[in-house]
Parts: sequence; C-alpha cells; structure tokens
Amino acid sequence: MEIAKILGEFHGLQKDLIHILHRVQAQFGYIPPEAVAQIAECLKISENEIFGVLTFYKAFSLEPRGQYLVTVCLGTACHVRGGVQIVEEMERKLQVKAGQTTPDKKFTLETVNCLGCCAIGPVVVVNGKYYSHVTLNKVEPIIKEYREAG
Amino acid sequence: MKKISHPSQLQDWKKRLLAEQPAYDKTIVVSSGTCGQASGSLQIIEALNSELEKKDLRETVGLEITGCHGFCELEPNIVIYPQGIFYKKLTPNDIPRVIDETILKNKIVPSLIYEDPRTGRRFSLQKDFPFYQKQNRLLTENNFRIDPTKIEDYIMIDGYQALAKVLFDMTAEEVIAEIRASALRGRGGAGFPTGLKWEICRNASSDRKYIICNADEGDPGAYMDRSLLEGNPHSVIEGMIIGAYAIGAAEGYIYVRTEYPLAVKHVSIALEQARVRGLLGKSILGSEFHFDIHIVEGAGAFVSGEETSLMASIEGRHAFPRQRPPFPAQEGLWGKPTNINNVETWANVPLIINRGAKEYSQIGTAGSKGTKIFSLVGKINNTGLVEVPMGITLREIIYDIGGGIKDGKNFKAVQTGGPSGGCIPAEKLDLPIDYDTLTQAGSIMGSGGMIVMDEDTCMVDVARYFLHFTQEESCGKCVPCRVGTRQMHDILTRITRGLGEERDLDQLEELANSVQSASLCGLGQTAPNPVLTTLRYFRPEYEAHIKKKSCPALVCKELLVYYIEPEICVGCLLCKKGCPVEAISGERKKVHAIDQDVCIKCGACLEICPPKIKAVFKYTGKKKEKILKKKLSEKV
Repeated sequence: MEIAKILGEFHGLQKDLIHILHRVQAQFGYIPPEAVAQIAECLKISENEIFGVLTFYKAFSLEPRGQYLVTVCLGTACHVRGGVQIVEEMERKLQVKAGQTTPDKKFTLETVNCLGCCAIGPVVVVNGKYYSHVTLNKVEPIIKEYREAG
Repeated sequence: MKKISHPSQLQDWKKRLLAEQPAYDKTIVVSSGTCGQASGSLQIIEALNSELEKKDLRETVGLEITGCHGFCELEPNIVIYPQGIFYKKLTPNDIPRVIDETILKNKIVPSLIYEDPRTGRRFSLQKDFPFYQKQNRLLTENNFRIDPTKIEDYIMIDGYQALAKVLFDMTAEEVIAEIRASALRGRGGAGFPTGLKWEICRNASSDRKYIICNADEGDPGAYMDRSLLEGNPHSVIEGMIIGAYAIGAAEGYIYVRTEYPLAVKHVSIALEQARVRGLLGKSILGSEFHFDIHIVEGAGAFVSGEETSLMASIEGRHAFPRQRPPFPAQEGLWGKPTNINNVETWANVPLIINRGAKEYSQIGTAGSKGTKIFSLVGKINNTGLVEVPMGITLREIIYDIGGGIKDGKNFKAVQTGGPSGGCIPAEKLDLPIDYDTLTQAGSIMGSGGMIVMDEDTCMVDVARYFLHFTQEESCGKCVPCRVGTRQMHDILTRITRGLGEERDLDQLEELANSVQSASLCGLGQTAPNPVLTTLRYFRPEYEAHIKKKSCPALVCKELLVYYIEPEICVGCLLCKKGCPVEAISGERKKVHAIDQDVCIKCGACLEICPPKIKAVFKYTGKKKEKILKKKLSEKV
C-alpha cells in the first residue's frame, strides 16, 4: 500500500528508480524484498536489474537497520586523525562489526568515506546528529546517550 | 508571487529589496553550514533568538543565518557587523555576554576572540585574520552575506544580473567566446578548458541537449562544492542557466551526493524559488529561452563522480563508466549531447560574465586563471576552506593561511587531489600551484582537497588507505582496476604488517603502471597515484617497513608496542581504567605495566595519560623488539 503510494508520485520511468529506492529506504529503513517486485512492475524492468542497482549503491540496504544508525567517517582527514581507532572502539562497545546491527536492533554501525566536514574530524553521526573531534574516550558517552534514550 | 518577465523588473526588485531593508544598528551573522551545525550553530541561533527577544532588541539588531564562512576550525562562530567582530567557538552560555557587552555597550569580549596559534597575536576583526588576508574570496565571500534559503539575499548582491545580461545582450556564441577568453578550466580536477567544452557541445547537432552539474564530491577530504551549494546555491544555478543558453540545452541536472543532506535541501529550495520567480522554466526573464533543472540525489558510490558513470546513475542504472569516445559532448545522457561541469566551475560563470573575461583572467598563472578553493585539512592549525589565486605557493597556503602544523610538529607532506592525487613532500613547498605544476609533481589539482600530514603520518599507511578506498569503490567493470587495486592493496597491507619483502616495491610499481594505463575510467587510471608519489618521495619509509620491520611514524599497529615508562609513570590508575581489554596492571602510586600479549594497541592509554605526565610511549623497530624480549625473559 505504502509502496504503491510512493510509486504513484513518479512517472514509471527507469530514471525514477534511484529516487524511488531513496523514498522506500527512508520510509522503511531498508528496501523490503516485496517492494522490489512492485517497483519492477511499475517501471517495467526486471527484478534482477533492481537488485543489481540497489546492491551497487551503499545508500540502500536489504536488511532492516537498527533504531540508531551510527556512522563513523573514514575520510582522509578523519583517517589521519585516528578515525580507524574510533571505528574499532565502536565495534568493541557495540559488539558488532562495521556494517552489522546489534541483536537488539538498537544500533547499526556503518562507516562512510567522507562526510565533508573534515575540519572537525574525527566525525561520528548518529541518526543525523553530528559529533565532532571524537576521541576514544568520547565513544562510550555517545553510545550511552542512545542506550538510555530507549 | 509574480514572475519576473523583463530585466528591468529584476533591477526594480533589487532596488525595492534594498529600500525595504530594515535599518538595523547591528547585524549578527551566524555561520551555519554542515560544519557549523555539527559544532552547535543551531543552539547558538536559538540562544541568540531568545536573548534578542528577552532584551527587546528585535527592532535594532538583525540576525542572519548563512552558509559556511570557511574557518571551520573556529565553529560555531558569529560575525557582528558593521564592525566585523568575529567570535569563535561559542556556546549558548556565551550569548548573553555577547549581547550585553558587544551589542549593547560596543565592548569586545576578550575571551571569545581569535588568537593566532603561531604568533599568539589576538584579533577581534575578521578582516584582520591572517587566515583571510592572503585569500581572494571571489566565490566564497558571499557566504558571509547571504542567507542561502532566501533568493532575495542573492538578488540584493546583484544575483541573476549576469543571466539578464547574457539573455538580452549576448548571443550564445558571444557567451562561449567570453568563457573561452577567461581561460576558465574545469574545477572538478582534470582542468579541461570550459569554454572549449561548451563549444564542442554547442556544435554537436541534436534535437535535445543536456547540461549537468557534477556535485558528487566524493574525494575524501574535499568539501568546497558542499560549501558552495549550501552557502550560495543560486550562484551555481545562475551559472548553469547561462551555460544552458550558450550550449542550447533545455534541461539540466544537479547530481548531489546523498551524504550532503543540507546541500540537497538548500539546492531544492533555491530551484523552487527560481522557478516561482521566472528565473527557471518557460521564457526565463521574459526571453524566448526555456530551461529547467532537476535535482538527483546520489546513492553512495564514489565512481558516480566519473562523468559517464554519473550519467548512467541519472538514467537510473548502475553507475558503471563506459569507454570514451564518444565523449558526453557527442553522446551523453540518453545518447544526447551533454555538457558536464563541476559545482565550482558553474559558480565561476556569473562572475566571469559580470566582471568580464579580461579582468577575470588577470588572476592566476599563464595556464590556470582565476581562483581555486582548497579544503585545508588534516594536521594543520587553521582548518577550513581557503580560496586563493592560482599560482600561490604551498608554503603560503600551509603556513601563512593555514597557520602551520598542529602542535608544533614538522610538516611531512600534503596530499592533493584525493584518491586520484598524490603526496607532495616538503622540498616542493615553494611550488606555485596550478593544474600543470601539480601534475608535474606527480599529483593533480583534483577537486581541491589538501590534506596536510605531519611527522606522525605514515606514508605507507596513507598509500594503503587510498588503495583500500579505491579497491572498495572500484565498480568492478574492468579487470585492471578491479584486480589491480586489490593486489596493490594486499601488498601494501602486507608491508604495513611487517610482512613485506624486498621485491614488493618493484611489483607495486609494475602493477601501478599497468592499472594506470589499462583501466577504463579515471578512477582506475589515477588510483595508483598515491602509491607512485609516496614511492617517489618517501621510499626510505617503505624500506624501513620492509627491511627493519619498523614504522618510523609510529602508525602501523603491527610494528608497534605501547609501553609505560616505569621512571615516568606516577601510578594514577587512569590508563588501567581506560584500557578496554584490561591489559594494564598496577596499583595506585605504583608503576603500571602493559601486558603485551593482551594489548590490542588501541591507543586508549596514550590518549588518557595526563599531558603533564606523559608516561605512555609507542616504540617500533629495535626498541620494540627489546621490550618484547624483556617481557619474554621475565616469563621464562
């Protein structure tokens, strides 16, 4: 139903595909497999092609993400200031590897190649909220903020 | 809202807006781009609003929210006009003081002004900062003056006047001749002459043509395009409309990376405002020219910055590059002639039309005209976006504008051009930079990222970092890039782990040359640059990793130990508490020690050890072996 509504806003052309995937991803937090069939029918392209496109781009996920998406920047500026150590500390604290979601579905940990706020790195973003100049000691307080938020 | 249907109405609108401007005694300008917001500018705005309300100053004090001011290191910051007083790194608690002292009593708040880390000199006025003095902010200065969500602000600084001039006083050929005369070269990195590119596309015969603004700024460490789109989106849109007129395109696309939500938002607002006012759409400004722009959000693939991939992505397909020729100017989007320029290139266009090619081309060097925005980041004191004339030296950028290296360390290299670029060593600091000199040095201008590295940066690790990046982002279509970058990354990883062999360096060079010459698109062709330049300028560092199993910069984990110097340690327990794996033993006021078998080398102990004590050290090479041996003998 909701997918049909999203599809209704477009013109059924292949060029709409990435826009549609963005909308579905934003709405559900991932691309549900059943959405793929509906999109394929609407755009008159194969499901195979849609899976190809959506797995090519990092912005889309076939698995539901956690309640909080923790993104650690690994751009060059963050890298030379110790971004890797921040990811490793996050992995230890959340007990998942980058790219994974915690079993309680609370956190998904991801890395990104540059958020373009290089001046204030290392940068961590949690659901759109930016944390600047992150050090190893700031990792636990950041996570705690969301653990306690429920 | 009425559409503007004649250039004279644009003039009238501007005059009316200027006349209607409230006569504030003072105006507070808040820098609120992504960096600013990430550092807390929204809380500053909230505090300013409530304080102005509380003290009943709404009538006399203006509040303007703008894009990034460039000096990202000092975010969140404000500038108070007319004087131009700059306050740095504010918190909401500072705001009542700012209002009471500076707004009401005209006094400076000393604790909030900027101190130059190099000289210790203090500055209260923004215009006096050494950071700004050597810049020539042709494109970025307006970020101080306009609210990017209000088209009226852009109109008041002569916005869309260049468009009016082009549509009513110039033929398409004259516009192209003007851009050619300015000698503007593409700011996306390759430096192709913009006017020539336009001309080729104009001369291609077709019933339909497209133009594209490439805002898929994927180079890690570069963010000038984000700043322009966030801070002054109309300047890019105006440039695109002028380009479309010159080329004869009816439709345009702005392709923005999805990692830039604020840029997407500001561009979307600006496009809608331009449409409502008749600056986009049918009969622009009442002329016979029709043109509209769509925004497309990328989806997180670095390769989509490559022009043929970008077009595939707009068409709703995998962002796979394809063989050129045919070039986009011949066969581009949906097989039609297409002209692609980068954000900064488009933003230069109205400027050239307004000032004239002659005046514009006085700035810069023989082969590279105008200014270039660089993002000066990494181990530098004054991190930020700097706009400088072409031909300025690296030394001037890094020391005079950038304030030198952080914490008094030594400069080692500057990395330009992102994953396609290279590392330039200290002996090249006096190189006047333009497209050609950087290429000669083995690097490229690229989009303008400038990552400064100090003695604590390991060049082998940097090369490994970039190859990790490119092999991950390689789309996989062509073998040299897909397999070659992977192989290079594997060799580099081995070297950083102390498992390198002497023949590795020759093999790296051979692979680099193959990948460079045989890859399909720019991503693969330039991916070996970070390896080749570090091999060229920093070979001894590679050799130290291979022959001595040591990392001179103390970065590569496998080649290090963390060690607590017993003579220095005061036994404060901080490192013991901070260690995530309980590798540290010791009691209060007794010397602590790290169990090397348990230690994961995360660096938490070094970070937490009080700066006054500094008992934790990293060692590599022989000293490392000695520590490990000692540990072994203790066990026996």
